Amino acid sequence: MARIELESVSKRYGDVHAVHDFSLAIDEGELVVLLGPSGCGKTTTLRMIAGFVPVTSGRIRLGGREVTNLPAHRRNTGLVFQGYALFPHLTAAENVAFGLEMRKLPDGVVREKVARALELVRLADLGDRLPRQLSGGQQQRVALARALVIEPDALLLDEPLSNLDAKLREEVRVEIRQLQRALGLTTLMVTHDQDEALAMADRLVVMSAGAIQQIGTQRELYEHPRNRFVAGFVGRTNFLRGQLIEPGVFRSDGGLTLRYDGRSAPSSAGAPGASPSGVRRALALRPERLALGVPADAARANRVAGTVEFASYLGSIIEYYVRLSSGETLRVHAPNTGAAGDRAWALGETVHVSWPVEVGLVLEDEHHPEEDHR
Amino acid sequence: MTAGRVALRVAAGLGLGFILLPLVLVSWLSFFRDEVVVFPPSGYTLRWFRAILDQRNFVDGFVTSLEVGVFAMLAGLALGVPASLTLARYRFAGRESLGLLLLTPLVVPGVVAGTAIYVFQVETEILTRLPLVASLPGLVLAHVVITIPWTVRLVTASLVGFDRAVEEAAQNLGAGPWTTFRRVTLPLIRPGVVAAALFGFVISFGNLEMTLFLIGPGRTTLPIAILQYLEWRIDPVIAAVSLLQILVIGAAMVVTDRYVKLARVL
Repeated sequence: MARIELESVSKRYGDVHAVHDFSLAIDEGELVVLLGPSGCGKTTTLRMIAGFVPVTSGRIRLGGREVTNLPAHRRNTGLVFQGYALFPHLTAAENVAFGLEMRKLPDGVVREKVARALELVRLADLGDRLPRQLSGGQQQRVALARALVIEPDALLLDEPLSNLDAKLREEVRVEIRQLQRALGLTTLMVTHDQDEALAMADRLVVMSAGAIQQIGTQRELYEHPRNRFVAGFVGRTNFLRGQLIEPGVFRSDGGLTLRYDGRSAPSSAGAPGASPSGVRRALALRPERLALGVPADAARANRVAGTVEFASYLGSIIEYYVRLSSGETLRVHAPNTGAAGDRAWALGETVHVSWPVEVGLVLEDEHHPEEDHR
Repeated sequence: MTAGRVALRVAAGLGLGFILLPLVLVSWLSFFRDEVVVFPPSGYTLRWFRAILDQRNFVDGFVTSLEVGVFAMLAGLALGVPASLTLARYRFAGRESLGLLLLTPLVVPGVVAGTAIYVFQVETEILTRLPLVASLPGLVLAHVVITIPWTVRLVTASLVGFDRAVEEAAQNLGAGPWTTFRRVTLPLIRPGVVAAALFGFVISFGNLEMTLFLIGPGRTTLPIAILQYLEWRIDPVIAAVSLLQILVIGAAMVVTDRYVKLARVL
């Protein structure tokens, strides 16, 4: 296993920038997830590392070895394909053995390694089944064993869970993660599913329109999204559009004057001095950090009256849509603790939404075309 | 069953009977005892099948047809398989035209193609002094023209829905282009290739119209040997030969159908 390094890698198809100036270094044993909507360039990036898509510019190194111009079969990456791409005419064991045979290992060694790999993915008994005789989850594990057994410099996972049903998906993602940790595999995974990404990654790379929007841990992306796209793509967020009046004060289009912590804003968008006032902004508010109450409840920096327009009982939380007096709508997640103090709000009931200054995050109100697809 | 369905079945039955009648009749005829064909026959015999062997033309024709068929089939595969892969996988200028060009021999009448190829071979022979006309290579070259459309069609059909990710998987695991083709692509399209081989052979083996122009003294194919025999006489020998030809072709078709459902591609 080894580091994966990409140095301003770009891919252009004619005038279209599929991937633009992509730089990333993945440490030995680290699992990085490329997260983004479909068409954002994440799969193209993965395929450039595997060697199926030639780069337009930039360099790719695996374990310090320059592979930018090497053909796919000489790169030593282990790729798990979205549809698994098992060889349908070969048994599970023969599928796993394929890469070892290509490396001209003696038969005895191949047999031993295949047996060990199948055992690792708990398929020791099913080695002589053909892929079509295996369930989706089993096929997925064969694909994983086949990629692992060649001891690749980089493990590449292309939407590895998208063909599994929801329950299996959660099991398998834990399994993959444990295996990846135990073997210390340097791994790049591509997905459009944020739950999957958050659950598995050491670090995430959020992509949109062929470019990196932000790189960071789950916490960094969630607490300090660099822009509106990241805030909207990682977790749920309310956006109130408007502009800055002065540092720490935001005026929404609906006419609400709201306070936020001007110092905590990580990007230039939060500092009113950095760009001319009148620039369009959005105030991002995470729904679980908003509280519902009656006016008499504890005073918080921001408090807006509204009526409950819609409520969904989701089990661990109850989701309310609150129509504010200004006409804007906020989504609020109330924890369903079961405590005596909890109260449910009825449709049409008047309620006050409140939050402290540190909850609000001011971001530039850019518009990403991908958001329309979600 | 409604009246409509009954009518449909009757019509289908009649059509099928109409198509099969000559085959049945020829097969029946080949067992008649009488030298002159009369109905009803005075009895049955197998001697016409032995009589075939006395006709050098039939024996040589059969051997020539076999040789030409096998070589034309192999050459058709060697050219048709790469052509199909290229057509199915790459987008390039002139792709559509190339695809059409490879299928045109299906629509050009055999007589026209035969004439054209004959003239071409004569001119080539004059220019290069290579003995092409009425030679085995000459016949094979001409027959490749008619086996290619079928090879391309059958192999292309087997490539529909081919998941190229498995080829990428092979490369990812360290297989170069040739190894990928040999270990992954070829085994997966093998049914189409086998069908193309058998069908190419059948097409070549049974061809008459085009081949008429390309044979010469001492080199005749079986269908033409039959035609030449028919010019002088009609007796059950001809029916016996025809039955043998039908059996060879029929066997090839049945085997082909096991690999690729012919109804899907014809």
